[in-house]
Amino acid sequence: MGNRVAIVGVGMTKFVRRALETGKELSWLASKMALDSCGMTMNQIDSVVMGTAPDTFDGVHMKGEYLSDGAGGFGKPYMRGFVGGGTGVFSVAQGWYHVASGMFDTCLVVCEEKMSTFQPHAQAAFVTIFDHIIERPLKPNLLWIFALEMNRYMTTYGLRKEDIARVAVKNKTNALYHPCAQIAAPVTVEDVLNSEVLAWPVQRLDVSPVSDGAVAVILANESVARRVTDKPVWVEGCGWALDTAYWTNRDLCYPRYVEEAARMAYKMAGVTDPRHQIHVAEPYDPFDYKELHHMEGLMLCGRGEAPQLTADGVTARDGELPVCPSGGLLGVGNPIAAAGLMKIAELFWQLRGEAGKRQIARKAKRGVAQAWGDLMQVGTVVVLGV
Amino acid sequence: MAKSKVQSLKSKVHGPRPVPDAPPYGPIATGLSDDDFKHGKVCTTRWTHDAKYAWDRGVAIGKYLAGLKRGKILAVTCGSCNRTMVPPRAFCEWCFKPIDGWTEIKDTGVINTFSLCYVTWDVKRITEPLIPAVIEIDGASKGMGIMHLLGEVDPKQVKRGMKVKAVWKPAEEREGAITDILYWKPV
Ligand SMILES: [Zn+2]
Repeated sequence: MGNRVAIVGVGMTKFVRRALETGKELSWLASKMALDSCGMTMNQIDSVVMGTAPDTFDGVHMKGEYLSDGAGGFGKPYMRGFVGGGTGVFSVAQGWYHVASGMFDTCLVVCEEKMSTFQPHAQAAFVTIFDHIIERPLKPNLLWIFALEMNRYMTTYGLRKEDIARVAVKNKTNALYHPCAQIAAPVTVEDVLNSEVLAWPVQRLDVSPVSDGAVAVILANESVARRVTDKPVWVEGCGWALDTAYWTNRDLCYPRYVEEAARMAYKMAGVTDPRHQIHVAEPYDPFDYKELHHMEGLMLCGRGEAPQLTADGVTARDGELPVCPSGGLLGVGNPIAAAGLMKIAELFWQLRGEAGKRQIARKAKRGVAQAWGDLMQVGTVVVLGV
Repeated sequence: MAKSKVQSLKSKVHGPRPVPDAPPYGPIATGLSDDDFKHGKVCTTRWTHDAKYAWDRGVAIGKYLAGLKRGKILAVTCGSCNRTMVPPRAFCEWCFKPIDGWTEIKDTGVINTFSLCYVTWDVKRITEPLIPAVIEIDGASKGMGIMHLLGEVDPKQVKRGMKVKAVWKPAEEREGAITDILYWKPV
């Protein structure tokens, strides 16, 4: 499937609630770190992909062009990718086909988000996600769609809040070892259950925070990769898919968009039995139930089985199938596009054995990262391996 | 083209790179505090987006809204996949064919899922929750819901599977909008 493509370098800023740095500065910091990490310079980069989510957050239209300087896009083939929250993982797929096609030897993929710009709260910007004629007059809150989906997931499988809260506990605790984490905390299930109810069943500690940050990765073809590193991490498969925009007509308890994307990525990677051939997973967890939902969509377990795996410790960092060892969006933070790319970065470090104190206990040769976005409808999946 | 650019790299790499204790990134990026915002240390601008959008309702939603004005809920059918769909659409997105006709469905339905929401769309706290729900309307195909609000119900009593009925605005006040249905109440 095209030429082999590897990730050879990664950079990441700290995720913070409100960054003093501009989006361009954050993008540059991450890009520079990524280049330095593999001893490359910007003039060795042939193409640039910038992933960044809604213009509405920043009040800057054509935000991709605005940020391009910080991503080293000046004078180079430059492309912005945007599929909402799915952007971070999708941008790696975009970078992959730049290099896999043979068109470019290298590609810098940068994802940036500053959600803090929108005052007083970025959530109000999301009202324009909803259909402008038949939904927006009802003054919808973005939390609604998650709350509706989470409630559907809980009632379909007879789950209690504590079955889901364990994900928040695991991820926020995992993030204690992540130097870039924004809201790592040793919380308990009780803390989650006692936190403020925002939109039942969604409570404060079920949700990831509003964040600013940037992440960058460098993709290279096989000959470049072999020259710059002894430990390339191969992009083994990419997949992406959209479900219908008539979101209220869908079965809200199962993310079909993830399954379709995962099937595409697994086929490319030669994965026929995800439960046993995937050794570490970074599914998208902006809400705790979403990690469970997405584990099922990624076919890492059967439908409705993810909560039990979590309760049994299978998904813990020292478990048989570590899930979100980074700390995920719930612990590290959620600068939307950058959060997805953070998951790719985590797999890179885990597969190279460079995750420091976060290093998972089991030997991992292959991992999967996944993100999700738009009107709850896009799934993006990347399989990495060493 | 780019091959020559990277040939020099090999000489820079002498053997395997050392494995660092922590990943090769620094905790860079500087957070601002609430105080910085409160005391005007941040450059802020307030801009009222005074733009006017003349939205097309479209063929299908236009007819749907005209139906709501008359107190009726209209759906469309697709003969290829045998679905009765609401909200209505001009074409079936599964079959990618024009729909085969219109049908009036009931103004009763079943709650597929719901939330009790204690924040408004612009994140202001409220004490009486808004109760958004996905409602599957009787007469539409199974799983075909629309988003709307519930009313005249104790938040503690709301359940998935509960039967509900539309509460309409008085006929003379209807304007052909989704808000011609005020909310849905239990039957
Ligand atoms: Zn059809």
